[in-house]
Amino acid sequence: MDLTLHVWRQKGPQDKGKLETYPAKNVSPDMSFLEMLDEVNDGLIKSGKDPIAFDHDCREGICGMCSQVINGRPHGKQEKTTVCQLHMRQYNDGDEIFIEPWRAKAFPIQKDLIVDRSSLDVIMQAGGYTSCHTGGVDDANAMLIPKPTADYAMDAAECIGCGACIAACPNSSAMLFTSAKVAQLAALPQGKPEARKRVLAMTQAILDEGFGNCTNHYECEAACPKGISVKFIAKLNREYLKTMIPTSTDA
Amino acid sequence: MNLFKSTVGRKILMAVTGLMLVGFITVHLLGNLSVFAGADAINAYAKHLHDLGPLVWVFRLVMLLLFAVHITFGVQLYLENRAATPDNYAIQKTLVTTFSAKTMVFTGLIILAFLLYHLLHFTVQITNPEISAQNLPLVDGHLDVFTMVTLSFQKVFISLVYIVAMIALTLHIFHGLSSWVQTLGLSTGSSQDKVTYIGKIVAIAYGLAYIAIPLLLLARIVK
Repeated sequence: MDLTLHVWRQKGPQDKGKLETYPAKNVSPDMSFLEMLDEVNDGLIKSGKDPIAFDHDCREGICGMCSQVINGRPHGKQEKTTVCQLHMRQYNDGDEIFIEPWRAKAFPIQKDLIVDRSSLDVIMQAGGYTSCHTGGVDDANAMLIPKPTADYAMDAAECIGCGACIAACPNSSAMLFTSAKVAQLAALPQGKPEARKRVLAMTQAILDEGFGNCTNHYECEAACPKGISVKFIAKLNREYLKTMIPTSTDA
Repeated sequence: MNLFKSTVGRKILMAVTGLMLVGFITVHLLGNLSVFAGADAINAYAKHLHDLGPLVWVFRLVMLLLFAVHITFGVQLYLENRAATPDNYAIQKTLVTTFSAKTMVFTGLIILAFLLYHLLHFTVQITNPEISAQNLPLVDGHLDVFTMVTLSFQKVFISLVYIVAMIALTLHIFHGLSSWVQTLGLSTGSSQDKVTYIGKIVAIAYGLAYIAIPLLLLARIVK
């Protein structure tokens, strides 16, 4: 099939950037979206032009690097699928495809489709961890965790930190990402000791990094390639409310 | 205090003050509907309110505080969210959000503008002095609120202002009533919680009931 691509080209962080049009000819339906871009880049390189810069790493849907908004939807039109797992059979001959980077103040564009997502790391550094002693490995069954709790934490842990939730959010809020981390750790015994400190620090980091506030649009859940539920945002809100209840160590 | 600065704290404040304001419009609506029970009913209702004396002022003060918090943080959060989203996509798509959710700050400001007009119209009574209760003959020694209301809403302009404002109110509480459960952390499922649907139905019911008053009086179905 032959396609027409409208791709965001931006030389660097300071450049204004604009959409440029490229033909993508003889695209096989079995190609992934990134392989299709590889072919287009091959053509650009051969004709002496600058190839389209885009992020990618594992190409198996788990690393969260491929950050592209395709025809207005983060990761393209297929539900619960990252760009690398999106295949060209989803498109028809003659289609026009708009490819843009994540757009948010907290995700400055580095070049073309590549954005700097370090702000998510800063949120993680603020509290997305549990402190534990080093030394011998604990016995795997020493700490009993009910199966539903483990499943709940695992559902939250599915988040790959790609940033699609922020790209989809009309407010550029990082609440779904943050809530997945807060909920995962708050649900498990290992995360409980630091639960209060964590939710306050991580939600503060959201604002400090220039993300917006959550106003319950739920676009994040719809865009998430891992299907992270907004119920984790409700859980984060519960964790926040809990910090208002004084504990015996507060007084 | 963290509550007034935090992203979650302010969201919770919006939900709590919003719910209290919905409590207010619930009572207000029940009072308004007494217009359909005839002149005596709404005039008696107005007299009861007046007879509360200083309590009315306590109530007004609380309302002012609720509005101040709700509006201040609403506008502040909106401005922060705009700043966080400086560039639009060439193709802007949304999948699940509602028109109501996207226009909260605008419907909110329409309601604020309406509120000011509404107070000048029916409380201070200076926008249409010729039909204001304080200039109308007393009925049994009481203000004739019924006549003021019916004569007001027989004017196309006034009715139109009220109807447009009530459409804005409906849109505003459509999102508010369907998302407070999430904000207060009471939601355990997805956005498909039953309360979400109930909230949307209540919002539409309130809207229809509020709009019925100027509409039926304008059409002279109720006189």
